[in-house]
Amino acid sequence: MTTAQAEGAAGTLPHEPEKATLEGRNKVLAFWLFLGGESVLFGTLFATFLALRNQTNEGPSANELFHLPLVAAATFLLLVSSLTSVFAIQAMHRGKVAVLRNWLLVTVFLGLCFLVLEIYEFSVYVRHEEFGMTTSAFSSAFYTLVGFHGAHVAFGILWISVLIGQLVRKGLTVVTAPKIYVSAMYWHFIDVVWVFIFTVVYLLGKVG
Amino acid sequence: MDWITTVDHKKIAILYLWAGGLFFGIGGLEAILIRIQLIKPMNTFLDAQTFNELITMHGTTMIFLGVMPVIFALMNAVIPLQIGARDVAFPFLNALGFWTFLFGGVLLNLSWIMGGAPDAGWTSYTPLSTIEYSGTHGVDFYTIGLQIAGLGTLIGGINFLATIITMRAPGMSFMRMPMFVWASFITSAIILFAFPAITVGLVLLTFDRILGANFFDTSAGGNSVLWQHIFWIFGHPEVYILILPAFGIISEVIPTFARKRLFGYSSMVFATILIAFLGFMVWAHHMFTTGLGPVANALFSVSTMLIAVPTGIKIFNWLFTMWGGQVRFTSPNLFAVGFIPTFTMGGVTGVMLASAPADFQFHDTYFVVAHFHYVIVGGLVLGLFAGLHYWWPKMFGRMLSETLGKWTFWTFIIGFHLTFFVQHFLGLMGMQRRVFTYLPNQQFDLLNLISTVGAGLMGVGMLIFLTNIFLTSRKPADAPDDPWEDGRTLEWAIPSPPPEYNFKQTPLVRGLDAFWKEKTSGHKTMTPAEPVGPIHMPSATILPFLMSVGIFIAGLGFMFSRDDFGNAFMGFMFNHYLVTAIGLVITFGSMLLRSLYDDHGWHIEPEELEGR
Ligand code: HEM
Ligand SMILES: [Cu+2]
Repeated sequence: MTTAQAEGAAGTLPHEPEKATLEGRNKVLAFWLFLGGESVLFGTLFATFLALRNQTNEGPSANELFHLPLVAAATFLLLVSSLTSVFAIQAMHRGKVAVLRNWLLVTVFLGLCFLVLEIYEFSVYVRHEEFGMTTSAFSSAFYTLVGFHGAHVAFGILWISVLIGQLVRKGLTVVTAPKIYVSAMYWHFIDVVWVFIFTVVYLLGKVG
Repeated sequence: MDWITTVDHKKIAILYLWAGGLFFGIGGLEAILIRIQLIKPMNTFLDAQTFNELITMHGTTMIFLGVMPVIFALMNAVIPLQIGARDVAFPFLNALGFWTFLFGGVLLNLSWIMGGAPDAGWTSYTPLSTIEYSGTHGVDFYTIGLQIAGLGTLIGGINFLATIITMRAPGMSFMRMPMFVWASFITSAIILFAFPAITVGLVLLTFDRILGANFFDTSAGGNSVLWQHIFWIFGHPEVYILILPAFGIISEVIPTFARKRLFGYSSMVFATILIAFLGFMVWAHHMFTTGLGPVANALFSVSTMLIAVPTGIKIFNWLFTMWGGQVRFTSPNLFAVGFIPTFTMGGVTGVMLASAPADFQFHDTYFVVAHFHYVIVGGLVLGLFAGLHYWWPKMFGRMLSETLGKWTFWTFIIGFHLTFFVQHFLGLMGMQRRVFTYLPNQQFDLLNLISTVGAGLMGVGMLIFLTNIFLTSRKPADAPDDPWEDGRTLEWAIPSPPPEYNFKQTPLVRGLDAFWKEKTSGHKTMTPAEPVGPIHMPSATILPFLMSVGIFIAGLGFMFSRDDFGNAFMGFMFNHYLVTAIGLVITFGSMLLRSLYDDHGWHIEPEELEGR
């Protein structure tokens, strides 16, 4: 089915509008592939971090630095945001555009809160603990891994915001649906990465 | 303008070809300069610094900017045709991939005129590549230029994967795909899993150099060998990214000119997958001498040697395909047949290098240089020549001259063996690689002279090829649909060059070598799988170009962000990352435009189709 034909059918949207057109299916498939590449990217960053995590060069160590309650709060926010994005997709499948939009807004808001906490965390380290990019190999690896994830969150927030705008202007169609679906996949992915960061960086830093 | 905004895979193929050709030429000039310097002992033609820059840029340019785009050119030109598709899955991304590649390559080469090229070898080993030992912006051009170009490659890889998975014509199961499509599919998968690793490596090195991070600075707890691991876990798969497409080309050309189906098709598929898989397991064979210890060395040594098995299967299958066939030695087939022994020799020296104790002797000598040029030049470049001569009529509608093609082949292959065969012996006698000169009377003199003469002859071969292209471009575009007469795959069933929509009706595939099958059962054309109807086409757009310009500006801005400009305005712009920000705004702005303004493309109506 061509996009033009599909649009004509927008009134009677199929149950899974993201997979209604070849373009949509291509998008979802390519996004899975892209996430495969992203996994290698984060895998390499994790490997680097693990190799360097004890190289503190007389700067602060993970154990001295990390403040688990703060990180746990951030983790909670991000996990919930993943859940709200699931609600968004469910609303999409039921064709409820307003509900979809609201859940996306909540997701973006939670993502923003997470980001604010992270920026706060980094600024505390830099200002009060004298722990910057150049302090040690550990610090470089920490900021790069966690920062990369943070950049992904920031990008996700921008992306989903644009999609919300699109949704409001154009409504839910077989063109917008795959984009929203794919952005939700992305959001889950960064969530999963964060779970690994929480374990490998923070928990292991506190106990291991 | 047409070319800047195109999203047609056939035009993008041609863009890749010209861009790759341009960089290939630059890399070739660099090679000639290197060989002139080494023509005699204690030569003063170049100084040591320039020599280092030349070998670094030669290797980097050839691998990332020379042969990769030519491979992508052929993939773009051929894959959609061979699977019976109207285009790739994401035409917009296809254009974006090309432009980011091009701007990355341009950025890298700007280093020649902006204060010094990278000089730490194409592997950029730390600590050689840290600020301490490489103080110019050279290595920054390397890290950021390759980063941008690599982005383009990754985009291309994902696009080809999606295209091959979802856009095959009805009836074309995976086990009916032409070998070139299979090879491209596996290559793209390797790209997907290898390139993100180098992305990270380049980021780490950039951060070390520009932000003062300590990944590779041992005095602050960093680890130099870490770079080697990251580089080679990308770098070894990269050599298969290069060679598998060549395998694919050879597997197309030989059956066509032997008038026989490819021997052992399914074992070829299986061998390709196995090679890709093993390719990820052997990276540390580049690091035997870094002191990994005997256990690691032994494991990596054995796993490396294992790759010889599937590779051997392929070689024998090609030989068996020719066996008993009616072989025609057209110029594409000359290159393909010349490929087999040459590549095999490279494989044999590969197994020799894979023996860890022997590698302690060979490491960083001309033996290694000879080995990888046998595989990359004697393998890949001969393969690309075969593919270009084979598909040229399909891409441009004009047959290249057979006579000149044969001249290209003979000068090139003789020059090649003159250049690199003797380097095996230079290496065994102890001549080190990456050193700008050598002392007289170590028995290096004559062999180096021969090597340089051979390089000159290869250059002559290239010039003949260029002449061939030039003369051909002035002939009328009248190549027949199936110019080799024995075409087996779908691309030969449509006009040369194909119309912008490729297939008026999607063909129905009824077996391996779909077109050959129809021909042998008495049909002249493919049976269509659909009625004639309107064809949906994507619109041309300038956005991919603009996005790449933005990334390019951002890269430059970041690179010079720590510099002290004499000029207050320039200093302000760069030191506050404003230039970087402008670049990113251009890129993200274009992305935003793309998402705000839906472009549904246009249709070619049936009446119009009949009119042509
Ligand atoms: C298939 C295409 C191949 C390509 C394009 C290729 C390319 C290369 C390159 C560029 C190097 C030099 C690395 C450096 O600068 O240090 C190299 C080294 C090496 N290659 Fe290959 N190679 C290929 C196949 C093989 C095979 C089939 C084997 C073994 C069965 C092999 C084993 C090795 C080893 C052990 C080294 C390390 C030598 C040393 O560092 O002393 N290669 N190869
Ligand atoms: Cu290797």
